[in-house]
Amino acid sequence: MLRFSCPVCGLRDETEFTYGGDATLVRPAHDDTNADHWHDYVFLRDNPRGAHREYWHHVQGCRQWLVVERDTLTHAIGLVALARESRP
Amino acid sequence: MARYSVFSLAAKALGGHRSWSRAWRDPVPKPAYDVIIVGGGGHGLATAYYLAKEHGIRNVAVIEKGWLGGGNTGRNTTIVRSNYMMPGNTMFYERSVRLWEQLSQDLNFNVMFSQRGQFNLCHSPASLDAARRRGNIMRANGIDAEMLDRAEVMRRLPYIDYSERARFPILGAVFQARAGTARHDAVAWGFARAADRLGVDIIQQCEVTGFLRENGAVVGVETSRGPIRAGKVGLAVAGHSGHLAARAGLRLPIESHVLQAYVSEPLAPMIDTVISYGAAHFYISQSDKGGLVLGGDIDGYNTYAQRGGLPIVEHTLGSAVALIPSLSRLRVVRQWGGVMDMSMDGSPFISRTPIDGLYINGGWCYGGFKATPASGWCYAWTLAKDEPHPDNAEFTLDRFRHGYQIDEKGAGPTPNAH
Repeated sequence: MLRFSCPVCGLRDETEFTYGGDATLVRPAHDDTNADHWHDYVFLRDNPRGAHREYWHHVQGCRQWLVVERDTLTHAIGLVALARESRP
Repeated sequence: MARYSVFSLAAKALGGHRSWSRAWRDPVPKPAYDVIIVGGGGHGLATAYYLAKEHGIRNVAVIEKGWLGGGNTGRNTTIVRSNYMMPGNTMFYERSVRLWEQLSQDLNFNVMFSQRGQFNLCHSPASLDAARRRGNIMRANGIDAEMLDRAEVMRRLPYIDYSERARFPILGAVFQARAGTARHDAVAWGFARAADRLGVDIIQQCEVTGFLRENGAVVGVETSRGPIRAGKVGLAVAGHSGHLAARAGLRLPIESHVLQAYVSEPLAPMIDTVISYGAAHFYISQSDKGGLVLGGDIDGYNTYAQRGGLPIVEHTLGSAVALIPSLSRLRVVRQWGGVMDMSMDGSPFISRTPIDGLYINGGWCYGGFKATPASGWCYAWTLAKDEPHPDNAEFTLDRFRHGYQIDEKGAGPTPNAH
């Protein structure tokens, strides 16, 4: 069981959250017509074995999107912050 | 090394089984090979075998960082089936089942392929329609599929909960009689032994740490036992494809996720088939030793840890009891996790990469074990001829760039939803 220190709700179980994937991806500008930029954004991932910044949605809690730093090999959790207050 | 046969077994038995020779060599790596396969799982070993057997390319090494079949080949629920309906998938998986049907004879190694059939249960009129569509597409492609109504499912699987209290009603099933299970370790060992007999070097305890590059092309690998040059390097490290491709500077349409599996204490023969419980995404069969082998969803977040979390344990075992209430007091004796390449459309890659000399076999999601023989067969073809066979022609790395996804489940580019 992963447990996250939600900045709003405190320490909560993984089962209250849904996963939102890689938080380091930067969405291309809306008027960007370069298909490669969109392809890379939608389909390609760094998929690191180690430190990973990722989104979690506290869907059964405060409903805030969080950015979590988690190690994908050890599952050790570092920083947990509100997504709207942290840029990729 | 001698062929295995009933006569060799009898002769060794008379000698107290003391004179068996090792099944494959433990060679020192040569400085260079025509082809290096990275990853000594079923797919890598099968690739080496078919390179030697079908294409006469025998100066081949399989390099494995641990032991043979220690990754996902030894961590799956051993189910083999070919009930796919998307163009690009259908005939590939059917090739695999046809290879499975001959595999024990072909390898001279009993992989215990047991065509005990597989039920995909249907729980609503809509899921019956979807199953009928899938079955019809299979039959149109010459693959066996059969629709069973509720009464027939009740007759064949009497231990399932059909009562008013059942979590999901069972309205019928689509059944593939040629589906089944195989002994997973035997698949790795059988391919290893057969490849070794054809001259392939199988090098264990040797980790690939990087790639040798010349003018941008990959010309070999850096390993924990020194550099080894190769004409072509083929990755077959599903689960860790992203990790290894990053060392060649590639980003892949893959996330690594963990899938758990479970084995119960042994029971008398009970489940003589494979059952997939569509509503809860759960599947169960019984091994020849009597343990029930079951699995469910992935944990759902990026991980390279070969272990899973308790929420999915609860979900999977809850599904087991919802389907078959008589399992409620059964003990689980083993649980494990395997790390899988979850691709962006749920379908695999057997393809060249943008880097000359580097090829990829990966992205198998949940479905790698059943694909083992066809994966090796098609990957060997691709490596030998530098072009795909028609059966793996759609499994390209750049299909997303062209808007051509093979999305069997229709879930979109969300790897944890496939």
